[in-house]
Amino acid sequence: MTVALETRNLVKRFGGLVATDDVSIAFQKGVRYALIGPNGAGKTTLINLLTGVLRPTGGAVILEGADITGMAPHRRVQNGLARTFQINQLFPEMTPLQTVGLAVSERQGHGREWWRLAGGKREVIDEAAAILERFGLTDVMGAETKVLPYGKQRLLEIAVAIACRPRVLLLDEPAAGVPEEERHEILDIVGGLPDDVTILLIEHDMDLVFSFAQRIAVLVNGGLFMEGAAKDIAADPRVREVYLGEGGHG
Amino acid sequence: MTDIAAAAAVPQISPAADARLMLAAAARWRWWEFAVWIAALAAIVVFPRNLLLLNEIAILALFALSLDLILGFAGIVSLGHAAFFGVGAYAAGLLGKFGYGDPFLGLAAAAAVAAVLGFATSFLLLRGSDLTRLMVTLGIALMLLELANREAWLTGGADGLQGVTIGPVLGLFDFDLSGRTAYLYSLGVLFVLFLLARRIIHSPFGLSLRAVKQNPLRARAIGISVAVRLVAIYTLSAAFAGVAGALSAQTTQYVSLEVFDFIRSADVMLVLVLGGVGYLYGGIFGALIFKLMQDYLSAITPQYWQFWIGLVLVILVLAGRERIGAQLTRLFAPLLRWRRA
Amino acid sequence: MQGSALLLRMRGLQRLNEVSTSKIPKEPASRMVTILFDGIAYGMLLFILACGLSVTLGLMNFVNLAHGAFALAGGYITATLMNRAGFSFFLCLPIAFLFSALIGVALERTLYRHLYDRSHLDQVLFTIGIVFMTVSAVDYTMGSGQQMINIPTVLRGRIDLLGGSIGVYRLFIIVICGLLTLLLQLALVRTRFGSRLRAAVDDPRVARGLGVNVNLVFAVTFAIGSGLAGLGGALGAEVLGMDPTFPVKFMIYFLIVVTVGGASSITGAFFASLLLGIADVAGKYYVPKAGAFIIYAIMVLVLIWRPQGLFVKGATR
Ligand SMILES: Nc1ncnc2c1ncn2[C@@H]1O[C@H](COP(=O)(O)OP(=O)(O)OP(=O)(O)O)[C@@H](O)[C@H]1O
Ligand SMILES: [Mg+2]
Repeated sequence: MTVALETRNLVKRFGGLVATDDVSIAFQKGVRYALIGPNGAGKTTLINLLTGVLRPTGGAVILEGADITGMAPHRRVQNGLARTFQINQLFPEMTPLQTVGLAVSERQGHGREWWRLAGGKREVIDEAAAILERFGLTDVMGAETKVLPYGKQRLLEIAVAIACRPRVLLLDEPAAGVPEEERHEILDIVGGLPDDVTILLIEHDMDLVFSFAQRIAVLVNGGLFMEGAAKDIAADPRVREVYLGEGGHG
Repeated sequence: MTDIAAAAAVPQISPAADARLMLAAAARWRWWEFAVWIAALAAIVVFPRNLLLLNEIAILALFALSLDLILGFAGIVSLGHAAFFGVGAYAAGLLGKFGYGDPFLGLAAAAAVAAVLGFATSFLLLRGSDLTRLMVTLGIALMLLELANREAWLTGGADGLQGVTIGPVLGLFDFDLSGRTAYLYSLGVLFVLFLLARRIIHSPFGLSLRAVKQNPLRARAIGISVAVRLVAIYTLSAAFAGVAGALSAQTTQYVSLEVFDFIRSADVMLVLVLGGVGYLYGGIFGALIFKLMQDYLSAITPQYWQFWIGLVLVILVLAGRERIGAQLTRLFAPLLRWRRA
Repeated sequence: MQGSALLLRMRGLQRLNEVSTSKIPKEPASRMVTILFDGIAYGMLLFILACGLSVTLGLMNFVNLAHGAFALAGGYITATLMNRAGFSFFLCLPIAFLFSALIGVALERTLYRHLYDRSHLDQVLFTIGIVFMTVSAVDYTMGSGQQMINIPTVLRGRIDLLGGSIGVYRLFIIVICGLLTLLLQLALVRTRFGSRLRAAVDDPRVARGLGVNVNLVFAVTFAIGSGLAGLGGALGAEVLGMDPTFPVKFMIYFLIVVTVGGASSITGAFFASLLLGIADVAGKYYVPKAGAFIIYAIMVLVLIWRPQGLFVKGATR
């Protein structure tokens, strides 16, 4: 097994608050992980450190063997690390087609082409259309994102990340705010990604977590509480206490 | 899969074909766009006495278009865009003064000088809030104003740059007193640069600019280097503004210190806002409205027309620029959407 | 953009160079004292003129390019009352304060408050509109000339201090502005209103949650800020000149004070004002040709180096 993404002694302080407390963890290539922990445990912060949105106070982030601690966020994406945000981060006045098309065209290296009309490259369009179809967004692909219902926006949030064709995908509560019956659908699409894609899912809904994840990491107060196979974690009484004690809601 | 024409005949062939059509439609020329340019050309015959004014409108339109590139498409607020207009004007003016009066040479030089300045100063705008950007752009324009004032041996200082002689356009058409050549020349340059701008904003690069403007966090998260895109568009915008300055210097054969003025930067912002930000024609419509308003108002109250401009601005903002824009778009939507069957 | 004479005069912020300085002595040491002194007076004046803006920006994140209009109002009411109605200069100072404060609060309640949640672009456009209107309207009603304010005889003349020759009026400015600054600082630190204001600047939402009436706090602050600008206009007319284009000419200086000092911090604005005042006077004396250029350059550098302002603790906020 090779390590896809790794942190070494990662620390992030906000003033006096230690949001990430000496976290060292390795994510194996092609494995589906869940990252769980009570509200405020530092899950989003960890993702922000991994993707370069935040600079760590200390420690290192290693992507496929290369130290990317100081690398700019967009370079990390180009190196195969994509994410979704807990709160949708979309382009309100662009259509899903433009949004996904842009992500695809950036990945294929056409982003700086100013002399060509957008939509002229067949390979970009075909791939974007396929992704939109997979997420059931085809019928709204021409509408401005800001007028879409929340559920569709949430799907688009994930579709954009997948359009980056990541080798490591970080999903920050992708199912949050999505109606019960559609949640599994979302995770099914994500689960249908190629087997060599490493996925880290943050999720509060334990049913989803256990149906999705092979391994689970538990974060408490910024520190890595434990990490192991899903069934071991499920059986561990300490985890139940820590996690379910504080917020076992969905 | 079929080609675009065939797909158009039989819609709904596949999502991909649909998508292609949809994207192509965004960049398609509308009938009213043709109308705008035909009207601009027809103005020569219709208003033969107002060609000097028309020339000013064309130049101001280009200047405002350059601002639209950064404000409307990349979200950079600038209170010092006159800096680029000014260096462009001085570049072309000085060339003309020292015997290199070929108009296109002047334009090229102006674009180059302004682009270099734009490129160099763009890095100062990458960090910081709107306010910092306002101050930095304003500061740079003011520095240039001070510099031009001080280096009077070169710029003529407060007296302005005199003795600018510009050769005939393409070696054929002399600049005449009626302003006919001047207007045609400025309009031609405006049109060519407009085409370029239109192409760019409908390109993948242009799309990425909009993404950067609407949500830089997400733009980065799909692998876009926000800084590089901003530097690129700022440099381009500076070059456009420089060309506008050069046109002004060449067609009036004079450059004064006020090319760098705060008022000029403020005016161009106002022009763009009058015409509407972010759809490329705002600069053209705005320049038309602004110049006509200025012409009309200063005929009534020669000293104080600025008051009315201020009032328009205040009302425009209070009433909600965007809301007005949306209303107008809705009003004209049936017209705008009309196209050949 | 040819056109009115007014416009021509509005152009050219370089006219700032005309700010008058005291007679400068020849001997280097006493010359330095005089320049320093003039600079401090000028800086303190700038602080009184601009501190309102710094609070506006810090509290409501509102970019008000028309702040100079309040100073204009103060300067003009003083000149008018003195020259046409024979009011004494000393009486005019509080009147200038009240007059501008009234205008300020009226504008705030009727117009400005609609713009707090708008984009900075809208705020800039709106306040530029206000500036255009003010300048033209004042020109129309009062004429385009400089307003003459004859300062009382007691404040004229010079005295020798620390080896330099110092204008009495500048001393007066320093004393008045110094007292006002102390008063402001005390009011901010010691009074309930001050602590509410600080809470509101820190985080308006939290302050609201704690039951602070942020709107009221802001209206009062706005009035005081405008009033101080008006007072500054009255005091400064003699030193800075006072004509309809005042708001445009000094806009950049106010903005420098606020951005370099760091919005929301009175002390930051104070130090920035002093620095700017001294640098400006010294620059214009020692390097008359490069003076303003250097100031703008320094401003740009500071903004790049510390976008939040030079005197803000911790680079980020
Ligand atoms: N930019 C920031 N500045 C200061 N504190 C922050 C910042 N971002 C997060 N925090 C704090 O760090 C801690 C961890 O926050 P984080 O958002 O990572 O938690 P989380 O595990 O994602 O929680 P949730 O399940 O609610 O999303 C919290 O106490 C939060 O208040
Ligand atoms: Mg979170």
